[in-house]
Parts: sequence; structure tokens; C-alpha cells
Amino acid sequence: MNVILLDNITKKLGDFYFKQLFFSVKKGYVTGLVGPNGSGKTSLISLITGHIQPDHGQVTIFDHKPHDLYVKQNVGIVLDQLYMYDDFTIHKMHQVIAPLYEQWNEEKFNFYLNKFKLPTHKKIKTFSKGMKMKCSLLFALSHEPKLLILDEPTAGLDPIFRKELLYIIQDLMVREEQTVLFSTHITTDLDQIADYITILDKGAIKLEGDMNDLKENFHIVRGPKQMMDQDVHKLFVHVEHSPTGFTGLYQGDLALFENLDEKISFEQAKIEDILYYVIKANAKDVMP
Amino acid sequence: MIDIVIAPDNKTPLFKQIKEQIKDAIHIGSLKQGDPLPSIRQLAKDLHVSVITTKRAYEELEKEAYVVSTIGKGTFVGQVNDDLLKEWQMRSIENDLELIVERSKRLGLSLDDLNDLIAIYYKEDLL
Repeated sequence: MNVILLDNITKKLGDFYFKQLFFSVKKGYVTGLVGPNGSGKTSLISLITGHIQPDHGQVTIFDHKPHDLYVKQNVGIVLDQLYMYDDFTIHKMHQVIAPLYEQWNEEKFNFYLNKFKLPTHKKIKTFSKGMKMKCSLLFALSHEPKLLILDEPTAGLDPIFRKELLYIIQDLMVREEQTVLFSTHITTDLDQIADYITILDKGAIKLEGDMNDLKENFHIVRGPKQMMDQDVHKLFVHVEHSPTGFTGLYQGDLALFENLDEKISFEQAKIEDILYYVIKANAKDVMP
Repeated sequence: MIDIVIAPDNKTPLFKQIKEQIKDAIHIGSLKQGDPLPSIRQLAKDLHVSVITTKRAYEELEKEAYVVSTIGKGTFVGQVNDDLLKEWQMRSIENDLELIVERSKRLGLSLDDLNDLIAIYYKEDLL
């Protein structure tokens, strides 16, 4: 079952566009949205949150439209920029925000406030980037949203809190029906927690799948130069050559390479590898 | 709950590592019929892996009849036939033996040499 469905979306944003885009997020899982800078991750999230409207097509969240009250009550959003009043303190914001939510959980609020060690009586504008992120997360988590959307949440965070954030998400996932959409260009964040991955490039989805399948089916293969010819080349998503041999991303059964005389090495591809080679392959394709 | 130790960088996929360790625990009897297993989501949290990973491990265990899942109640160790259990354990020993014999042959050991070796270890264990 899908919590988010982008159905046949077309949207022009200056030079950038989505053309007949389909995108879905499954209920009860963490979906990782990855892509290079400018691939459209934030625009895609803006379509979901209703900050931008599609030219064509439909956005559905929990079978509702993005601006429906039900969606507002059940979705928590953490964007890479904090949309809050700079002159407010957490104390003041709490007074404003808490009454807006039916399921506001004061206990959770205090728990995370304590965990994140944020000052309650300092103005937001004095906060560092990491603190702003934590502040945003604090308010997003306190109304216990069924769907949590995080746009580049780890960008301004130190490695300790990055890890803590991943653990917080894993804690949330214990709850049945909890769904998370997590966009990032730091792919290592996803190796551990993501159930599904979508790779976005130039406004189009280049690859999507279940994490186990991706790990089973994609391998980095290294081998000597003489092994590489046109036929072998076609087997790879993308290949890079160097004076000492080739390195490529291969999708499929490794049995193909068994019993070869050549010295070949295999390694399970990480999300970062898959992203890199898929984007490189996409860069070669001639745009229509 | 039994200990499950996973190695993320290992060549074996995580779901398989989890599955095999639960199977082993059933084989050696540290998990017995009817014992409850943690929920898919709880185990994912505890192991710091994705939900889909533990889900796959449980699904495969269920397919192989090691565990049974009941909606709303959870997952439990299934009915493991004693004869079958013994057969599994025998098969595992046979696999190990096959490897040992292969390696011994490569080293040029005779059957008698090998028998002597096994005898030493067998008796040592009894002491």
C-alpha cells in the first residue's frame, strides 16, 4: 500500500522539469530518495508537501490531497531550511505549534528536547545549522506523524548526531504503519536504514528497488584491460577505464564471470556506487 | 532472545546472516518449539538494520517451516521434528567431513591417517 503517490506528474520549473513522473512511497517502510545536487529531490518533496503544484498529474497522500487537514495532522516535515520565525524561541514556538496538533505528545516533546539538548529561551536565529535541524526535528516528531518526510536532514550535522538520527528513525519504525521518506546525497545514511531506494537524476527516476534486491543484484567488478571488449562492455551499467584495468557496475548474476582465467574481483555495490555509475551512464545518454 | 551477531561488510547478505543464526539456534536447541521471536520491527531496531532485512529473514524461515507467524500474535519457533532435527545436524556434520576429507586428500593423508586424527580428537573431547 502506498502512502505517497505521485501519478503522472509533469511540472516545469524554469529549465528543470518533471515529465510524466511516477513515484510512490510504501506504507511501513523507509524510502530513501537519492540523487546529485540539482536532480530534483527538493522539488519532488515540494510537490508532496504542496508547496508547488503540478502542471499535470495528481499527488495523493494517505488518499488525500496535500493541503487536506488530515495530511497536515499526520505528516511531519523536516526541510533543509527551517521555516520558523527567527525571533522566536523554542518556548514560544511550542506555545504556537502544540495546540495546532490533535495528537501532540508533550511527553515526546520533552523527551526529544532533552535528548537534543536545545536551549528553550534562545532565539532561533542564534542557532547553528545543526541546532536548527534538531529544532525542526523536535517539532516534527512531537505530533507523532504517521509519515515523516526528511529533506537532506544530515547535511549540517556532526557524525555523532547523524548516527543518532538514524537510530531515532529506527526507533520510530518499531511502530507498525510508520512511514519515512528520507532524501539525501549522503548515501551512507541509507545503507543501514532504507528499505527502498529511488535514484533521481535530472528530474527522472533512474532506478528504484528494494534494498535487498539492489544489494544482491549490483556488483562492482574490477578486471584487466584485455578482458574488456564491446560485448563485455554492454553487460555493464557503466565502466570506467584506467591504465591498470577497468572498474564497472554490473547488474545481474555473477555466475557469468565464474570460470574465467582473468583476474577479476567482485564486491557488493553500495548505494553510493550504484548512484555514481547510474548517474555517469545517464550523463552519456543523449537527451531527446 | 538468542544473540545475533551480524557483520555488515560480510559477503553474505544481512538477511541471510540473521536467518542462518536463528536456524542454528533452533538446530542446537537454544530456541525451542513455541519460543517467541521478537517482532520484525523490534529486531530491525535492535540489530540496526532495515525493516525489510528482518522481514526477508523471517519470510524465508517461515517458508522453510522453522517459524510460524500469526497475525496479531507474532512469530514463534515452529514444530521441529526430532528426527528431522537430527537429520539436519547429521547433514551439517557430513558437509564438514566432506571438506575435511577433501583437504586431507590434498595434503596426501591416507584414510588411516585421518582415522587416527579423528580418534585423537574424539577421545580428547571426552577427557
